[in-house]
Amino acid sequence: MAEQLIQNYTLNFGPQHPAAHGVLRMVMELDGEIVERIDSHIGLLHRGTEKLIEYKTYTQAVPYFDRLDYVAPMNQEHAFALAVEKLLGIEVPERGQYLRVLFSEIGRVLNHLLNLTAFALDVGAMTPLLWGFEEREKLMEFYEGASGARLHAAYFRPGGVHQDIPAGMAENIRAWANNFPNFIRDMEALLNDNRIFKQRCVDIGIASREEAMDWGFSGPMLRASGVAWDLRKAQPYDVYDRMDFDIPVGKNGDCYDRYLVRVEEMRQSLRIIHQCLDQMKPGPVMTTDGKIAPPRRGAMKTSMEALIHHFKLYTEGYHVPAGETYTAVEAPKGEFGVYLVSDGTNKPYRCKIRAPGFAHLQAMDYLCKGHMLADSVAVLGAMDIVFGEIDR
Amino acid sequence: MQEIAAHIEAGLPDAVLRTEVVRGELVVWVKRESLVAAASYLRDDAVCDCKMLIDVCGVDYPDRDNRFEVVYQLLSHRLNHRIRMKVATDEDTPVPSLNGVFSSAGWFEREAYDLYGILFSGHPDLRRILTDYGFEGHPLRKDFPLTGNVEVRYDDEQKRVVYEPVRLTQDFRSFDFESPWEGPERMLPGDEKASKAEQAKG
Repeated sequence: MAEQLIQNYTLNFGPQHPAAHGVLRMVMELDGEIVERIDSHIGLLHRGTEKLIEYKTYTQAVPYFDRLDYVAPMNQEHAFALAVEKLLGIEVPERGQYLRVLFSEIGRVLNHLLNLTAFALDVGAMTPLLWGFEEREKLMEFYEGASGARLHAAYFRPGGVHQDIPAGMAENIRAWANNFPNFIRDMEALLNDNRIFKQRCVDIGIASREEAMDWGFSGPMLRASGVAWDLRKAQPYDVYDRMDFDIPVGKNGDCYDRYLVRVEEMRQSLRIIHQCLDQMKPGPVMTTDGKIAPPRRGAMKTSMEALIHHFKLYTEGYHVPAGETYTAVEAPKGEFGVYLVSDGTNKPYRCKIRAPGFAHLQAMDYLCKGHMLADSVAVLGAMDIVFGEIDR
Repeated sequence: MQEIAAHIEAGLPDAVLRTEVVRGELVVWVKRESLVAAASYLRDDAVCDCKMLIDVCGVDYPDRDNRFEVVYQLLSHRLNHRIRMKVATDEDTPVPSLNGVFSSAGWFEREAYDLYGILFSGHPDLRRILTDYGFEGHPLRKDFPLTGNVEVRYDDEQKRVVYEPVRLTQDFRSFDFESPWEGPERMLPGDEKASKAEQAKG
């Protein structure tokens, strides 16, 4: 028989593909339907956030963080606020800390709702997405009530949160939190034992403990591989040290475990939300240091000093002592860190944003090698990719 | 943290330039040549045990001889501490790649190369990662303009996207709101007379 030369097939996946979760372009080298190599091209959503932040005051930098991972905006602001506070050496009032934890957990649920249900859609189940978006809408209303914006909140600021939640919102959140387990149950009834879902997820994209560490995984991706690591427990910030919650851990490190870990994290988030609502006491939500926190609108109408502070804070901003810090929070997707270098002026000298998805997507080639083409979609879906934070 | 710093200095006498603990964060300055050895030590030593490379990033200080700092954030899950490793380099001297020590270094180093032009020797695939195909320059350098150098638009006649030099309808304005007595030293027209007068007096 004559020798035949078989060439690998190169497939362009994206940048416009519904399963690419944004603008990801993957050049896949296929042997039949088996993935040999994936070259991910990212940066199609690069907006130069880090460069822009270097030209803005610390206050003006906050909204850029909403635009990173736009699925759970407030968790990103949290990292920046904590980093600036660390350099400034200021304390956030207790109620401000509780509100941050409360909204961080709401953000976590928001993120997991979108990710889990979109992941289900990627592998063929449509209903969870439609149900999930209804729940997301309710949470978006809490965002809107607290900050005035559904997505780009700019709510967590260095020094606390911008304003207290309106009267009655705590009860609304509690009513939602009491009701939400029903949704989780319904979603699990659709997916957990679903034969097709399991066929698509179980034993796909396995990362062992060591591999997950080596590739810099964090968050649910790391926990699904069996590492009980959560920054909320290990290096608690704000009032997380007062919260009682568990860290769900997976056993196999495959896509199905990542799904299960995220579902359980939503339940744990509800526990934290309940505890926050129980423990929260009235009080200031922003630091009372007038050199950092802008005055309230009412004070500006009667106090000359407040007016001067307002003018100075919104033009010059505050000066942050020279120094540097790396501060990380447990964002829904993993460890979201801010490496902030200050030179003592009113603008950051360098603000490096460490996005969890960047490290996860890097392992795409490794995780998909030898899998079928269709599995790469499952791996990508379970990674929880949002291009806002990866491309920055 | 101080104990870990002392341990690292003792364990790596040739590689470590100095260590410091600021705000509870340990910073280890490492010689460029012995970076890989230092990273392996920090990963494998029982007291350091940093199994994860969290992040690599560049910082640009145009005034220094070695203008770039490459900053590595390491994390130990078992011992729950972070170590920050720093290396200084300039535009031409490559930094050894850590790709062989931590797989996660690959993309982070590509990013540092893309945004700062820091070279990494031994990197298997040192391409641009975040910027456009065919992009020129390294955007996060302090001397790169915020507006960039080229802009794109869709040309209806050529039926394709074209690149053109940036044209600003209004000059780029960098507002300086700092108080004159707190902000950076600056010379306004006429200021030289004051310093001359002081010199004459002194």
